[in-house]
Amino acid sequence: MREKQSFEDDLKKLQKIVEELSSGKLTLGESLKKYEEGIKLAESCSKELQGAERKVELLMKKDGKFALEKFAEEEEK
Amino acid sequence: MPLQSKHIYTVSQITQEIEVIFENTFGKGVWVEGEVSNFKAAASGHFYFSLKDNTAVLAAAMFARANRELKFKLQDGIKVICFGQLSVYGPRGQYQMIVEKIEPKGIGARQLAFEQLKEKLLKDGLFDASHKKPLPFMPFRIGIVTSGAGAAIRDILGILQKDAPCLDVVIRSVRVQGEGAAKEIARGIEELNQFNKVDLIIISRGGGSTEDLWAFNEEAVARAVYASQLPTISAVGHQINISLCDLVADCFVETPTAAAKIIVDKKNALLAELESLKQEAGFSVSDTISLLKNNLTALRHAIKSPLDRLQEKEQVLDELFSGLNHNMRQFMNITRERMAALIHRLDALSPLAVLSRGYSLSVFMADGSVIKDADKMRRGDKVKTILSAGSFISSVEEVMPNERKAVV
Repeated sequence: MREKQSFEDDLKKLQKIVEELSSGKLTLGESLKKYEEGIKLAESCSKELQGAERKVELLMKKDGKFALEKFAEEEEK
Repeated sequence: MPLQSKHIYTVSQITQEIEVIFENTFGKGVWVEGEVSNFKAAASGHFYFSLKDNTAVLAAAMFARANRELKFKLQDGIKVICFGQLSVYGPRGQYQMIVEKIEPKGIGARQLAFEQLKEKLLKDGLFDASHKKPLPFMPFRIGIVTSGAGAAIRDILGILQKDAPCLDVVIRSVRVQGEGAAKEIARGIEELNQFNKVDLIIISRGGGSTEDLWAFNEEAVARAVYASQLPTISAVGHQINISLCDLVADCFVETPTAAAKIIVDKKNALLAELESLKQEAGFSVSDTISLLKNNLTALRHAIKSPLDRLQEKEQVLDELFSGLNHNMRQFMNITRERMAALIHRLDALSPLAVLSRGYSLSVFMADGSVIKDADKMRRGDKVKTILSAGSFISSVEEVMPNERKAVV
């Protein structure tokens, strides 16, 4: 699982790229480069949100130390 | 007693009299204690029920405007203390109590304590909007303080599994009701903060009675939620009875399911935003490209136009040329005609034309000069005589210098 911060940073980067692209101040070469970069960011962010590898854990505190244990979920359906 | 001397009321009159007596006696409102029975919540939102004790029943109505404030669920069998007005309903010859306030009997003291605590927390700023933290725009790890065996965790995990299986969940299992539950909930919130590896905390419990949910109204929970550095969502119970935990949390929803849906909605909104950013980027690039295309076309136009001008000039030249040729042809035709005329005239002057009429021409063989005078001839000179057709050469036999005039 990705860090919230890096995701947020990527999204901001993407928003900035789109802003730059729509400013119309870039050369064609710069535009295409930024576009490619932006699409890569968008794809990786989307992939992150569409992932399905969640972990469900129980937080325990033993002898003053935190430990995570697997949470036994009831299987639905 | 004679009939005439009796005061006879009409039904309406006596009903009005009763109303006056009620008004005079109970006009300032009455408190009535009893057990709720025949409770009905009408579609209009009004409540209709009876208050009863061992020997009597009192019809009661609590209108929607008043029962909206009710903090607990009214149901048959519970003992309550009601405050309200007594009113007479003429069309049915009935009287009923119009209830304005209800307190459950027994929990009343607790309720009072709740109100007092609420007042205190309000003064301490625990409900201040300025203290509320925004929820993270996308929480990837969700901390949940609830019972690991309860309905709430099942509801939340069910929704997340179905609609946002990308999210990790860390559960801090606690008791959510009974003595000591509030302290456990508070400690759970504190520990998730110390653990500091989740992006927000959901504090939750499924539906239950007011008493079941009471832990979420205790000061320890309210203080822990207030102290949380991580954003909090309170999702307690299944009804619109607001707990103190709800009031302190950064965000509160009615049910555990609704808490999970907030996160799912965030995820979906983000996906949509990513999609639209992608599209916008695409549009911008194609805008840039079509702008460049337009520029190119304009440039090509600018380059092409001198060429066009050159072609125009060439066309003018072509026209001039063809005009020129035309003039020349005319000139040549005239010249040719003149030549023909001259040739014709030359023909007329040609000695050959004379020869054709039977004359001849003689020249000295010696020098080719034309013989015009006999004096220049000597006997024996060779002479060539040219006829209209052919010629001959002869020798002079005799010269007669003055002969011509005599002959002619």
